[in-house]
Amino acid sequence: MSPFPPPMFPPARIRNFCIIAHIDHGKSTLADRLLERTGAISERDMREQVLDTMDLERERGITIKAQAVRLNYRAQDGVDYLLNLIDTPGHVDFSYEVSRSLAACEGALLLADAAQGVQAQTLANAHLAINAGLEIIPAVNKIDLPAADPERVIAEMIGVLGGRPEDVLRLSAKSGEGVDHLLDEIVRLVPPPAGDPDSALRALVFDSYYDAYRGVVCYVRIVDGSLSLGDPIRFMATGEIQSVDEVGVLTPKALEVGGLGPGEVGYLITGVKEIGRVKVGDTITNALRGAQTPLPGYDEPKPMVFAGLFPTEGDDFERLREALEKLTLNDASLKYEPESSRALGFGFRLGFLGLLHMEIVRERLEREYGLDLVATAPSVAFRVRLPNGDLLEVQSPQDVPDPDNRLGIEEPYVTAMIIAPAEHIGSIMELVQRRRGEAGSMHYLSPERVELTYRLPLSEVVFDFFDQLKSRTKGYASLDYEPAGYQVSDLVKVDILLNGVPVDAFSAIVHREKAATYGKLMTERLKELIPRQLFDIPIQAAIGGRFIARETVKARRKDVLAKCYGGDITRKRKLLERQKEGKKRMKLVGSVEVPQEAFVAALRVDTD
Amino acid sequence: MELADRAATIRAAYVHIPFCARLCPYCDFAVVTDRDDQTARYCKALTLEIEREKEWAPLDSIYVGGGTPSRVDPQQLGLVLDALAAQHGFSEEPEVSIEANPEDWSLDRALALRQAGFNRVSFGAQSFNSSTLLRLGRRHQPDQIAVAVFAAREAGFSSINLDVIFGTPGDGSWGETLVAALSLRPDHLSCYALTVEPGTELFRQVAAGSRGPDPDQQADAWETAAAAAESAGLVRYEVSNWARPGHAVNYNLAVWAQAEYLAFGLGAHRFRSKVRSHNYRHLDTYLAAAEKGASTWAGEEPIEGWTSEVERVFLGIRRVAGVRAGPAGEALWHSDEGQTLAKHGVIELDGGRLVVRRTLLTDAVARALLALPPPPIQN
Ligand SMILES: Nc1nc2c(ncn2[C@@H]2O[C@H](COP(=O)(O)OP(=O)(O)O)[C@@H](O)[C@H]2O)c(=O)[nH]1
Ligand code: SF4
Ligand SMILES: [Mg+2]
Repeated sequence: MSPFPPPMFPPARIRNFCIIAHIDHGKSTLADRLLERTGAISERDMREQVLDTMDLERERGITIKAQAVRLNYRAQDGVDYLLNLIDTPGHVDFSYEVSRSLAACEGALLLADAAQGVQAQTLANAHLAINAGLEIIPAVNKIDLPAADPERVIAEMIGVLGGRPEDVLRLSAKSGEGVDHLLDEIVRLVPPPAGDPDSALRALVFDSYYDAYRGVVCYVRIVDGSLSLGDPIRFMATGEIQSVDEVGVLTPKALEVGGLGPGEVGYLITGVKEIGRVKVGDTITNALRGAQTPLPGYDEPKPMVFAGLFPTEGDDFERLREALEKLTLNDASLKYEPESSRALGFGFRLGFLGLLHMEIVRERLEREYGLDLVATAPSVAFRVRLPNGDLLEVQSPQDVPDPDNRLGIEEPYVTAMIIAPAEHIGSIMELVQRRRGEAGSMHYLSPERVELTYRLPLSEVVFDFFDQLKSRTKGYASLDYEPAGYQVSDLVKVDILLNGVPVDAFSAIVHREKAATYGKLMTERLKELIPRQLFDIPIQAAIGGRFIARETVKARRKDVLAKCYGGDITRKRKLLERQKEGKKRMKLVGSVEVPQEAFVAALRVDTD
Repeated sequence: MELADRAATIRAAYVHIPFCARLCPYCDFAVVTDRDDQTARYCKALTLEIEREKEWAPLDSIYVGGGTPSRVDPQQLGLVLDALAAQHGFSEEPEVSIEANPEDWSLDRALALRQAGFNRVSFGAQSFNSSTLLRLGRRHQPDQIAVAVFAAREAGFSSINLDVIFGTPGDGSWGETLVAALSLRPDHLSCYALTVEPGTELFRQVAAGSRGPDPDQQADAWETAAAAAESAGLVRYEVSNWARPGHAVNYNLAVWAQAEYLAFGLGAHRFRSKVRSHNYRHLDTYLAAAEKGASTWAGEEPIEGWTSEVERVFLGIRRVAGVRAGPAGEALWHSDEGQTLAKHGVIELDGGRLVVRRTLLTDAVARALLALPPPPIQN
């Protein structure tokens, strides 16, 4: 033990819980109320969704990163409790964030919107929490809404979770109604942490980020033992040994403490400078009196979509590498490796959990690290059966061998769960069929709402499926999906040629039946996106050597200012200089200037 | 030496008259409407500004533009010309131009302006089709243009120009306008592509979804104009300008040859002693400064070194004669972009002169030029 044992909080009076729900069902708003009721934040400092601290989160009104905060709560009986609350994201792309939060808790508060009812991520997150062995406290939120129908939603919730209607709490995170009772129920129902204060330290690193001034900051949950300022510690997976330079809790402001005991959640800063030496999911133990076995940690998340990211300025490659190293500290689900493209130069191929994740990562890289990036069309990972029988995993269409050098291509499938009003079943089935889905199962949550399960190729789901689904159901459907293995499909590689030169960044693997549509769509879209140049530019789509679509960008004919007289020389010169700047954002592909939007535009490809 | 380059020795002066009856939807000049009561005061302010400029040398070319100079009393304009002559003198046969709108013109006014010293007139004809004129916000009828031209000739103007606009969206009358314009046998013809300038009414309309000019249609219209003008004996000497031999405008030739020039009046730009400067663009501010005998400058920019060299080529390539390549022209020619432009027949290097062969792509050349890195400093 260290010479000054920290003033430990008795574990019996600690409650660690997270809030889980479908997106927009009110997790962050409820967190606001809990912070207020427990006095963690003064009324003056209160703003909406106060835990959504990233600019991106505030702009988009969504939670991207889970956030931990410590609350002091005096219960009805006058006893002081310590509550550790973790607010989590709701979008399917961030379910990995949720599962990591769950591992740091004993209880989960499951919210469902009293008007919208149980949705796909309500179910998905409930399953994650049940599998993690957490005590679940179900609640309907937004009972203040005129359209609220708490009875129906409660019936749906117990239909899924079991239990009795009276076990489901009724809340309005907006007005605060039911929040006091909720706090008491948290104290009553969430089990206290079970850790042993006297055994060797085992602390789970459940998140981390890179701070430009302080280096690597780790968020930890102490499971066994305790940790004090100055303690020598060892990261069990990486073997890194350091001493604790700072330890603290988030209230939500960072507050330094002398140490943390079992069940407590906080942050710590060590001398780790090398980013790769800290891994989320690792166990920290005492370097001198270490534990034998690490905590279970997490399953590595499996990326679903892959895309290339390339710096606009070739010189920024190293900066991009550093930015990715730092960002992965804060986003353990992000995978990357170097890639080179004939069209785009040197960059990285990244694996993402979904398109939203991809968008967020790209924006964070651009904003937080000041980079200017081009992203290629996202693709799923395929498996190619080689003539010698081996399976080759390819994450980029350009890596798929020629038809002569492969026996077949397998693509990833998912099990998709859709919850929607029953009246839309027909239209959903039609969409699923068009997306090569296989007949699935149907389950009524209530007489009006159904849960549909299908097996679908991932590539048909990740891109615009959800948008299509929403437009067919007037916005009432929700979607969740999980990997379900690989399957052989009749896939072909479509290349796009500009002025006769194939542009690797535009190649795509698509189902044979959709190849012509894809080719036509891409050539038409590029025709709109590529500015007219000094010569005609043919844009072709091809499978192997066979052309399946063609468009032409006609040569530019007029590009001259009508007037340039004594009165406007400076203005005209500046105008042309500005246009020249715009041209810098173009990539030269062969002899053709391609604007960056063209690469991004492939994102929006909709083959319906 | 090319005539185009000799123009660098021309001494020119510009005088701006900002008054207009109404603002045309495409216009972004320094213009005021409903201030005609200020014209006499304004001309007085001009003479004060002129007197403040230190003596230069006899002027070869004076250009009174606008706005609509033809709205102002010829006698007042005469006083402005007198002030210029008093300050710098005029050379033997100076070119003295005035811009005029056809609806203001009459034989009497033409004679009065001749009396005041003008010998060249440029009419804002714009179109010979009444519905196109209406769409352009113009106040005259096609036949007023012909009357104005005849009156100018009768009064003894030795050089007459017509300004016309092509590429108005939905306009099918360009051929008609060209025939009508050329049948008046102008000495000079300026054909301008309608341009959507920020801040104009036209800009707002296009931003709000109205059809804007179509570049391909404008290219066709320009090519039609080139063929028609040439068969009428006019020779093109700049992107938008055609003239009978001997009638190219000296004032503009001077500007494109990077000559220095004086300028007076609201928002006017001058280039003197390697500095480009411009006047206040707000009428009351300008008047107050000029009347106090204070500087009317609102801003200035030195044009020196590489900036000046690039600008020399930037201006020169607008001319059919091209420009002496010099360091900037050579650098452009040898750059990757220069070679691409050459490969596609846009530019040529001909006996040390850089010439743009595909006139309608001149800005592609200009952008490549402006993107050149300045050469390392040499001693
Ligand atoms: N009427 C009403 N609106 C609520 C309530 N709780 C949350 N909201 C609103 O629902 C939206 C989504 O809330 P947010 O907390 O961001 O949801 P999250 O995505 O689950 O974190 C916001 O506009 C909130 O103001 C509630 O109890 N009543
Ligand atoms: S008359 Fe000429 S200067 Fe006056 S508003 Fe119209 S275009 Fe502009
Ligand atoms: Mg949230």
